[in-house]
Amino acid sequence: MIDKKEVVLEVKNLSIDIPVSQGVLHAVENINLHVGRGEILCVVGESGCGKSLTSLAIMGLLPKNAQRTAERLELNKKDLQELTERQLADIRGNRMAMIFQEPMTSLNPSFTIENQLLEPLLRHKELSKADARNQVIEMLELVGIKPAEPRLRQYPHQLSGGLRQRVMIAMSLLCNPDLIIADEPTTALDVTIQAQILELMMSLQEKFNTGILFITHDMGVVANIADRVAVMYAGQIVEEGPVSEIFNNPAHPYTRGLMGCIPVPGKVGQDNHLGTIPGMVPSVVNDFKSCRFGGRWDENYKENFKPCRLTEMPNSRRSYEVNLNEKHLVHFCCDECLHLSEHSLLEGSG
Amino acid sequence: MVAYTLKRVVVAFLILLVVSGLTFSLSHLSADPALTIAGEQASDEDIEAVRKLYGFDRPVVEQYVNWLSRALQGDFGKSYHYKAPVVEMISGRIGTTMTLGFLAIAFALVVSIPLGTLAAMRPNSLIDRFALLLAVFGQALPTFWFALMMIIVFGVWFRWLPISGNTSWAHFVMPTIALGYYATPALMRLTRAGMIEVLSSDYIRTAKAKGLLPISVLFKHALRNAIIPVVALAAVWFGFMLGGSIVIETIFNLKGIGWLSYDALLRSDLPVVQAIVLIFASFYVILTLLADLLNAYLDPRISVR
Repeated sequence: MIDKKEVVLEVKNLSIDIPVSQGVLHAVENINLHVGRGEILCVVGESGCGKSLTSLAIMGLLPKNAQRTAERLELNKKDLQELTERQLADIRGNRMAMIFQEPMTSLNPSFTIENQLLEPLLRHKELSKADARNQVIEMLELVGIKPAEPRLRQYPHQLSGGLRQRVMIAMSLLCNPDLIIADEPTTALDVTIQAQILELMMSLQEKFNTGILFITHDMGVVANIADRVAVMYAGQIVEEGPVSEIFNNPAHPYTRGLMGCIPVPGKVGQDNHLGTIPGMVPSVVNDFKSCRFGGRWDENYKENFKPCRLTEMPNSRRSYEVNLNEKHLVHFCCDECLHLSEHSLLEGSG
Repeated sequence: MVAYTLKRVVVAFLILLVVSGLTFSLSHLSADPALTIAGEQASDEDIEAVRKLYGFDRPVVEQYVNWLSRALQGDFGKSYHYKAPVVEMISGRIGTTMTLGFLAIAFALVVSIPLGTLAAMRPNSLIDRFALLLAVFGQALPTFWFALMMIIVFGVWFRWLPISGNTSWAHFVMPTIALGYYATPALMRLTRAGMIEVLSSDYIRTAKAKGLLPISVLFKHALRNAIIPVVALAAVWFGFMLGGSIVIETIFNLKGIGWLSYDALLRSDLPVVQAIVLIFASFYVILTLLADLLNAYLDPRISVR
């Protein structure tokens, strides 16, 4: 269900296929997402589950060999799929912007901060260079780089990782976009800087009322900033709902498994193990028949994570969508997964 | 940047000093100049007299210091064979060689950078294959053969271009292509490799995410970084072209420095050989210095190291 808020981004049935040597990799399969104005949607998932590809697909920056199909891919009710490459370039950095994971390599080493920050403004807004420069200084000060003026002449290598990520955030906000896609923007930073950057992003998001699609694998970050959460696994969204619902009442066994991996002070170290989910996200190649959670179970942790052990399914396309309430949605890839979760589903809906 | 420049200049001078010492001592080891000057029929006394006259009986170090102090004042002595001042012989010919070198490196860059960029944009496409074919030919064909073929086709059959001499710009067309084509494969492949690497980098993705147009992404953000190793290689090639055009100058009868050095070597004309080696070593050192400074400008991280 979509909130009363104005929807900025709506993605319906987005799939991404990538040709690989064994056939076709279904990296993302039929996912639905929406982000409202001024809302933070966190997409959580392990490495290799398709989070980053999803964000690149929305930006139209997928690698050339990747195939994107979607029923709907709308920014401000305008379908991005119908745009030409040139029209898309007019929107990128303007109506939607992106912050990347690696602040150390995301800025061009050969140009000054000023040069790189002026670019989006001069490209998208009709501003004189002096006006654009003033806006850049203003924005740098807003992201906590004070005084901003001496930084303009510097090159990226003269800035620390945290400062560079602030520059990237400033860059994404310059044209006051409706949507910012942040692909693990704090992963490469150390913990104290992480906290600062998260706080900064939240305050700016409130100020500019921007919708944010925040991609992370860190449940701690999710708890801090998200309005809503989408849990992604093996190219699918397995559970989606408001952050309180997901944390208090996780319905999908995988989500519960992720919750078990959050360290809780005082709990770890006695008899309570810090949870882990064994194994890796499977590659969904060609006609993938087994359950996506096959092989990812462990007797020791079944309290936390008890997926089905089905390896061959009679009907590979059979999956279930369950609405726990109008906002909380769970997706099961097979009968067995649904069956395993029935207990918790009853709990949740009751 | 200033400190970096100063450091590079001092190093350049030291290199030149070492090169001059090496040339001087090696050329004195390889031939007895007194024998050359006195001629084949000279008696032992004559040779001894020549030795005294030219100072060849003095210690090599003393001779070197004398030669160097005169060289620094622009006096490289007289040719043993032509009896003319070396400086005059070189200055009369250096224009031809410089013109050829400039044109050839310009030709090589104008061909290799766009072609390498195009090839990198679509690896394994038709244009990439074509560029590779061109590179393989350029690397495999001997310069003299390629030059002779051009003379036959454009000079003899079609009669479009003059084949000998250096009196007009048209005379430089074929030598430029023959010499420049030789440097094209390496420069093009390096541009291609650099571009492919840079195009897959994070900051190119950032540039695209800003909504910059492909032309700005390619020529501002990508080429600036991919060109850095190409600049260094082009400087070396340019030095090579200034000194290494002996074959081309001979084939097209351009009486430049290459031709002169060939002639001087055959005659053991040491003052000429030494002067030419020192001049070309200076070219190399100056070009490398300029390339380093240009690279430091292109990539600000370099001057920090």
